[in-house]
Amino acid sequence: MAESTVHFFPSEPMVALLGNPNCGKTALFNLLTGSRQKVANYSGVTVERKEGRLSLASGKNIRILDLPGAYSLYPRSLDERVTCNVLLGRAEGEKRPDLVLCILSAMNLRRNLRLVLAAKRLGLPCVVVLNMLDIAKRQGLQIDTAALSQELGLPVITSVGIQSDGADQIKTFLSDLDWRNLNNLRTGTADATLENVASHIAHAESDNVQVQRILQNLGLDQIIPDQFSDRLDSVLLHPVFGPIILVALLFCIFQAVFSWAVLPMELIKAATEFIGTQISEILPNTWVRSLLINGILAGLGGVVIFLPQILILFFFILLLEESGYLPRAAYLLDRVMGSVGLSGRSFIPLLSSFACAIPGIMATRSISNARDRMVTILIAPMMTCSARLPVYALLISAFIPEQKLWAKIDLQGLVLFLLYLAGIFGAMAVAWILQRFTSEQFRMNALMMELPSYHLPRLGNLAISLWQRAEIFLRRVGGIILIMTVALWALSSFPLPPAGATQSSIQYSFAGMIGQTLAHVFSPIGFNWEISIALVPGMAAREVVVSSLATVYALSSSSADAAKALVPLISSTWSLATALSLLAWFVFAPQCLSTIAAVKRETGGWKIPIIMLSYLFGLAYIASFITYRIAIFFGLG
Amino acid sequence: MHLDQVDLDATYRVCVVNAPKGAPQIKGQLEDIGFLPGEQVTLLRKGLIKKGPYLVRVGASTFALRQSEARLIEVELVPHG
Repeated sequence: MAESTVHFFPSEPMVALLGNPNCGKTALFNLLTGSRQKVANYSGVTVERKEGRLSLASGKNIRILDLPGAYSLYPRSLDERVTCNVLLGRAEGEKRPDLVLCILSAMNLRRNLRLVLAAKRLGLPCVVVLNMLDIAKRQGLQIDTAALSQELGLPVITSVGIQSDGADQIKTFLSDLDWRNLNNLRTGTADATLENVASHIAHAESDNVQVQRILQNLGLDQIIPDQFSDRLDSVLLHPVFGPIILVALLFCIFQAVFSWAVLPMELIKAATEFIGTQISEILPNTWVRSLLINGILAGLGGVVIFLPQILILFFFILLLEESGYLPRAAYLLDRVMGSVGLSGRSFIPLLSSFACAIPGIMATRSISNARDRMVTILIAPMMTCSARLPVYALLISAFIPEQKLWAKIDLQGLVLFLLYLAGIFGAMAVAWILQRFTSEQFRMNALMMELPSYHLPRLGNLAISLWQRAEIFLRRVGGIILIMTVALWALSSFPLPPAGATQSSIQYSFAGMIGQTLAHVFSPIGFNWEISIALVPGMAAREVVVSSLATVYALSSSSADAAKALVPLISSTWSLATALSLLAWFVFAPQCLSTIAAVKRETGGWKIPIIMLSYLFGLAYIASFITYRIAIFFGLG
Repeated sequence: MHLDQVDLDATYRVCVVNAPKGAPQIKGQLEDIGFLPGEQVTLLRKGLIKKGPYLVRVGASTFALRQSEARLIEVELVPHG
């Protein structure tokens, strides 16, 4: 007997938001659902799935699904495939939506209307939402919504995605809707099948003719350019000033990441120390207290302390994304990326990888060329992710003197910037080498990237995105770190030293044994056994290295003083050559297990993750070896 | 005339999009983003340093295209007035 999965869905009606990329769909979704959102993945694929709840004035609750943006309903990318499958009721574990809200940008009716015509053919109840009406009005565009509704045979509601009451018409409409009888909103012939190539081409042409006719009837067939964006672009995309502005902008972001985070980091540190002192006063000196203070608290505290930096970086990336500058940066960099065989499209995934390689690897779905996508996935982990920041921050503050260079540039900030550059150049070198191994026929790669109009980012949208990303990051990191630090604590604490032992207890533990074995492998690159131990749990998540070092040192120091800061400890026991070598190691370091898991999921096999692991290991070892030997040569050992 | 040979800032109209050899799906992709017969196009920028991406306005939206992609689009000049 064949097994079939039965899915149970909540009884509330499901409303799907469908629209072109850049039509303001996500801003509307935020207006409708506020903070009542759930971010997950669609079953089986790593396409982000955003669902929210809306309580209507009528007392009814509905679920709202923010579908990935699509230019057409002929699936060309993974995102578009998910959108099509959900609309057809074919997506695994998804209920077919009860109602589709087609979001139209009033500024780009011609392209958006083609999607509406395609959506009508699906046979689902459809309602058209005319968004960005405020901008259209400002530019002198008069849209007769009643006439548009007549032409389409569908109700047309208007909205302004950037005003807090901009979605009120949608809410009223949904509240007044008779949910038991949506058939009058259904226009298509319910032939819920995916378009094949031939029918898609036929539809594309007839849809185009129909859209032209509608626009002519409404007197909207002239094109009004967005002069504000054009004027900004004449500076920001200028062949000379554009790239200069971009580099300056990125430099400022990295300076901000380091300097703005100082105060919150000190507060977190003080709080961790306070809790540690409280616990040691309450609990007797047993292994439980040691686990709490040296395992859990030291581990979590050592990572949460770097949350401010991670949030600041996420904030800037989101700001660039919301304002519309991010694709422009990709445009400016297309030339550079092209020289190593990639397109500007790879820029956005790679930039996201500076926050975390996992969203970066997930963002490669927008790259339609399979080869480009694979290369981007392979080099994404070399972009310095925020998880490496704790390690960099620790080593920089321990070994790089805090001084101002000319023009008030912080030396520590400069070193951090150089580390980021090292990762970027390493990645470009690898991409360039991979290009040599690609046959000509795969090199045809598409750019075709839309540059949306500039708009002021809304603080509310930024806050929601920032919160979601921070939550995902903490959830992913929190669990792994807790398990790893506790496991490491156990490894470092047992077996107990024999009676009358002369050395510190960790020397006798499992961790000491593993570290001493690994130290043979790592001694040519200047790593001592403490570092060697910390690198093992660092495989689970890079940032764990800091907490592991804290654990290793807290447990091995004779005074067992956990609160003792790591910085003075390592700056007095490590040589500068060792520190530089470890920094070089982390530029290329083998990535965390979660990244490997994400790569396996995205590439559908073990081949790419294994290639990735081995080449990064090799690269990191070589880079550290060279750094260490050069540093020794200059007498820094 | 192909879109990679036209003058900057003049208005043209799309005649037809050709499918490139070896990657016929690119034609469909160009059509999906708006390069359809009759649509107005303007070349805004011919790359950054000669070979960089082209900046093209099609309908009301702006796209960055490679030269190889712009070459696939056949256009005709829209007379003034």
